[in-house]
Amino acid sequence: MEALHNAKVMNRFDLTKRLVAKLKDEAVIGGIGNSNFDLWASGHRPQNFYMLGSMGLAAPIALGFALAQPQRRVFALEGDGSLLMQLGCLSTIATRAPRNLCVILWDNGVYQITGSQPTPAATARTDFVAIARASGLSQSHWAADEAEFESLVDASLAGEGPFFIGVRVDSQPAVAQPERDPSRIRDSFMRGVGSKG
Amino acid sequence: MAEAATAWHEVITEVLRRNEVSLVTYVPDNVLRPLIGAIEADPYFTAFPVAREEEGVGIVCGAWMGGMRGILLMQTSGFATLANVIASLPCAAQIPAVLMVSERGTLGEFNLGQALVCRTMRPVLDALAMEHHTVTRLDEAEFMVERTLRQAFATQAPACLILSPLLTGGKTVKA
Ligand SMILES: Cc1ncc(C[n+]2csc(CCOP(=O)(O)OP(=O)(O)O)c2C)c(N)n1
Ligand SMILES: [Mg+2]
Repeated sequence: MEALHNAKVMNRFDLTKRLVAKLKDEAVIGGIGNSNFDLWASGHRPQNFYMLGSMGLAAPIALGFALAQPQRRVFALEGDGSLLMQLGCLSTIATRAPRNLCVILWDNGVYQITGSQPTPAATARTDFVAIARASGLSQSHWAADEAEFESLVDASLAGEGPFFIGVRVDSQPAVAQPERDPSRIRDSFMRGVGSKG
Repeated sequence: MAEAATAWHEVITEVLRRNEVSLVTYVPDNVLRPLIGAIEADPYFTAFPVAREEEGVGIVCGAWMGGMRGILLMQTSGFATLANVIASLPCAAQIPAVLMVSERGTLGEFNLGQALVCRTMRPVLDALAMEHHTVTRLDEAEFMVERTLRQAFATQAPACLILSPLLTGGKTVKA
C-alpha cells in the first residue's frame, strides 16, 4: 500500500482533464467548489452533475446514482475537506459495494476555496486512503503520479468496484466555473443519463 | 382503501410500493422499528441505514436523478441536521426527495433535548417553503402519504411527512 507522503503532488485540473479524456457515457458528480469547477473547465459533458452547495455529498449522490443505474459507471470527485465532513459515507458505500462506483479524492490539505486554511486532517497527517480501506473499501489507492492515476482510472473503468483513488494535489484554484443554475444543471444531467426526456 | 385493522407501518409500506418508492434509506428510530422491519423484510425494497441523515438526502437525490424513487426515514433530531443540504440540493435543484420523520419531542416526551429540537422542525420546513403534512390518524394515513408522494414527484419538489405519536404511539417512559 502506497503511503500518503510518497504520492506526488499533482494538479487537479490536469488530472480532471486526463479523467474526462477517458470517459464515454459515465456519469460524474463534481463536489462543491473546485472539484466541479475543474470538471466544468475540462469540457462540459451532459453526464456531469455540478454540485454547488452541499459540502460532502458528492459521494453519497454518486452512490444513489450507482444504485439507480447499475449499468452505468459513476465517478464522484470530492475535496479532502468535504470528505472529512462525511467520512461515514465510506462505510455506507462499502456496505452497498456498488460495482460501478469510483470515488476520486482531491487532497490538497486545505479548504482552498475559503482561503486555503489547513484542514484538521492535513495537520494531523490523516491518511484518507487508509480511512477508506479501514471503512471496508479494499480497492483504495493513492495515485503515486500522473501515470498511476491514469492506470487506476483505467482499472476502475474496466473492473468491479467500488474504487477509491486518493490524489495529492496542489492548492491551485479552479480555472473556470459552471453557471450557477442548480435546476438547469440537474435537468441537463438527467437528460444526459437518460432518466428524463 | 386499506382495511381499518391494517397497522400504520403496513399502510405506509404498501403506499411506498404502489408509488414505486423502492429505495429506502434511514437512520434508525425506535418508533420506526416496525416500518423499518417491514421494509427490510420485503425484497421489493432496496433498504439500508446511513451514517448521517445528510448522506441519506444525497443518496435519495442521486438515485432520483438516475431514475429511482427514494425516501429517507429519520426521527426529529435527525431532521434538525438537514437544513443546509435540503436547501442547497433538493430545494435548489428541484429534486423530489421525500422525508419521513418520526415525531419525537411532543405528546409525552421524556427527553428535554428532543422536546426542544422538535420545535425547530416545522419552522425550518416553513422557512424552506417545503410541503409538509403531519399524519395523526390511521384512517387518513393512506391518503396523506399517497398524495404527498404523488405531488412531490409530479411537481419535482421535496416533501416531508411527519408521523405523529397519535399515529405511531410514540415513545414514552414511566414518570
Ligand atoms: C456545511 C458547510 N460548511 C462550510 C461551507 C463553506 N465551504 C465551502 S467549500 C469549503 C471548503 C471545501 O474544501 P475541500 O473540499 O477540501 O475543497 P477545496 O476548496 O480545497 O478544493 C467550505 C469550508 C459549506 N459550503 N458548507
Ligand atoms: Mg481541499
